[in-house]
Amino acid sequence: MSVFDGLKFRKVSSPIHNLDPRIKFFYVIVIFFSAILFNQIIVLLTLFLMTIPFVLLAHVQKEWLRSLRGAAFLAFFIFIVNIASSYFTSGYSLTANQIESAIAMTLRFIVLAGSFSVFFLTTSPDHLGLALEQSHVPYEFAFAFTTAVRFVPVLAEEAQTIMDAQKARGLEMEKGSFLKKIRNYIPVLIPLIVSSIRRSLELAEAMESSIDH
Amino acid sequence: MIEVENLHFIYPSNVEALKGISLNIRDGEFVAIMGQNGAGKTTLVKHFNGLLKPSRGFVKINSIETTKTSVAELAKNIGFVFQNPDHQLFSETVEEEIAFALKNFGFKEEVVKKRIDWAMNLLGLSQYRDTSPFLLSGGERKRVALASVLAWNPNTLILDEPTIGQDHRQKENLRQFIIQMQTQKKTIVMVTHDVEFVAECNPRVLLMRDGEIIADGKGTDILTNQELLTKSSIVLPQIAQIFQELSCFGLPQNIIDIYDAKNILIQILEKKK
Amino acid sequence: MLSNNKKNFNKSNLIIITSFKKDALLKQARNMSIIETKDLTYTYPGGKFPSIKNISMEIRKGEFVLITGPSGCGKTTLCRCFNGLIPNFYQGEIKGEIIVTGLNPLKKQTHEMAKNVGLVFQNPENQLFALSVEKDVAFGLENIGMRREEIRQRVDWALKQVEIYDLRERSPHEISGGQQQRVAIASVLAMQPKLIVLDEPTSFLDPLSAEKIFSIIYEMNKKLGITVVLVEHRLDLTAKYASRIIIMDQGKICLDGKPRKILNTQETRLLGVGIPKATLLYQELLEDKIALSNEIPLCSEELANFLKEQLKAK
Repeated sequence: MSVFDGLKFRKVSSPIHNLDPRIKFFYVIVIFFSAILFNQIIVLLTLFLMTIPFVLLAHVQKEWLRSLRGAAFLAFFIFIVNIASSYFTSGYSLTANQIESAIAMTLRFIVLAGSFSVFFLTTSPDHLGLALEQSHVPYEFAFAFTTAVRFVPVLAEEAQTIMDAQKARGLEMEKGSFLKKIRNYIPVLIPLIVSSIRRSLELAEAMESSIDH
Repeated sequence: MIEVENLHFIYPSNVEALKGISLNIRDGEFVAIMGQNGAGKTTLVKHFNGLLKPSRGFVKINSIETTKTSVAELAKNIGFVFQNPDHQLFSETVEEEIAFALKNFGFKEEVVKKRIDWAMNLLGLSQYRDTSPFLLSGGERKRVALASVLAWNPNTLILDEPTIGQDHRQKENLRQFIIQMQTQKKTIVMVTHDVEFVAECNPRVLLMRDGEIIADGKGTDILTNQELLTKSSIVLPQIAQIFQELSCFGLPQNIIDIYDAKNILIQILEKKK
Repeated sequence: MLSNNKKNFNKSNLIIITSFKKDALLKQARNMSIIETKDLTYTYPGGKFPSIKNISMEIRKGEFVLITGPSGCGKTTLCRCFNGLIPNFYQGEIKGEIIVTGLNPLKKQTHEMAKNVGLVFQNPENQLFALSVEKDVAFGLENIGMRREEIRQRVDWALKQVEIYDLRERSPHEISGGQQQRVAIASVLAMQPKLIVLDEPTSFLDPLSAEKIFSIIYEMNKKLGITVVLVEHRLDLTAKYASRIIIMDQGKICLDGKPRKILNTQETRLLGVGIPKATLLYQELLEDKIALSNEIPLCSEELANFLKEQLKAK
């Protein structure tokens, strides 16, 4: 669950943590559009490096790197797909240009992953919920968001327990063909979904018993 | 035979959950592991079937180190029944649920059929063969989970908090079930904080606190030791509480069974006449 | 409402005031009773049989009522009728009458009932949905539009009653199950309800935490005069607090009375209820013609005291 760790908020006092989440979000949006608009590797690299001082200021280097590690797999996948599609669609050859554009795609993804990660690492869900409310997002949506965030660690723990329980019944998640590996997720997903539904019902009951509509 | 030598375990979050545990559990023993929430009980038993591997020290099952084999291999001999059956149930029918592990372990078709029948009979689930486990009541789901673990007849059973949410009758049935498993010479390791239930079963008791074992011995000795129990946030079983109040009258201090208590009290009260 | 009855004979808004309702409303207005039901019967949607059948009962103000019985006897269903979750949340088919704290749960919305009736559930984790303990406790109060200052006061008061004031800024996930249940009790307490219903609140807790919860509940009942309905299996820990025990089986009430009487009957044993060991030991000695006292003990302290008397005397 290292990817989840990269998104979990840590309670640290830093100027970045204390910034209004809307400002941070605005920054992320700017990075997002810049990354999309520009193709040059130099620009994308700059955007990526721009984020680093914020990471250091907020003292979240370890977690940030962890989230990037999680994103690295997907980034590699994006790179391979891009290279492969260029290779096959331009008649089994690769130009320097195509390789450059594959790198740019990958970098773009890393820039986005990196900036979103900083955002989530330095913004408490609480703060975010408040910011959402103040931005006139409907109360139910903000509430649903903070409640969901509140239960992320619970879900993560439960997923781990379920995997352990099925492993203890002989389920081997790493073995077998690609197809078999996907089928191996069924004994984990179904209890997780059923559990989540049950939890939602219990939560709804508790809320019904105290909330005013 | 479960051998644990100087077991240390540190979670990825840097929490040291086990701080040097050493113990042996012989075949056929019945052991209750007790202690406060967070003492490390579940962490310890997860080492027995390889779900967790030691950070330092070793765990050997039948002389093979758990780091040298897979969870699936270890699971063939060690059945782990988790606290919440809903963390295991996922099949369309009870029959399929029980078949799951058997198929994973590569049992042949005919053997699978026989073992399913046996497990369902043992736990009174035959009438639910084609029922969806999700439609059963809480107690029934617990039995399905138990059946699905028993099905492959492991010689060791690990029960994680089996009495939670159970009513009196269900606990009685569980106790009878454990006795039955003992006659089949199974090793039973039970993680629990239910003192009254442990007092009724009277197994070997391991007390844990903060990742260490602070006591290991007979139920009658440990469950009557107020000091030890307080250290691990457990209360004395009722019978022991009563006798502790009467220690000044010379009553023995290792009584946890209600019938033993009755006999002793009858003797003492008759004598006084 | 009573006088309008004669005027509004328009069938579409005919308010039916039965004699039961009239009496119950009067009694509860005078603070004499808190719960009254008559022939209450309820079937879950899609259920073949009713989960509770013809429940007629009265719970008076200030009582500490313990409801117990084998799994599936209907005690959880009954709890949910008290605050209107049944039938509002669960739908299904309900028959009979019920008045709780002067309100009719069959007609009122659950949240209207929430001001008078608090419900604490079995699973500690799944009833806390805010990001910090104090936000959870403040939740209900924010929803009834109280002033900031007053909410602050009430929240602090409730937190102190259950002794978790220093945990107020923690996330619900970080604290133990016992602490989580105390938060749940605090958030119910903050509303200052007349009635608190607790459905097996200590199932997931160790005995020490469970004892703590029960003594807190008892304090609320004794000091604050809140009527308590507690559903539990652990009679060894709770029988001593209860002023009344109700035993249910298969949807019906089988036994209802003072703890010392109820725990002494053969029927109770046959229903598979977990009688406290101290009580059982007393009864065993009685069978051998050894009578330690006139009344049965409900907990180990009481039996120990009886024995002390006997042993000192000789």
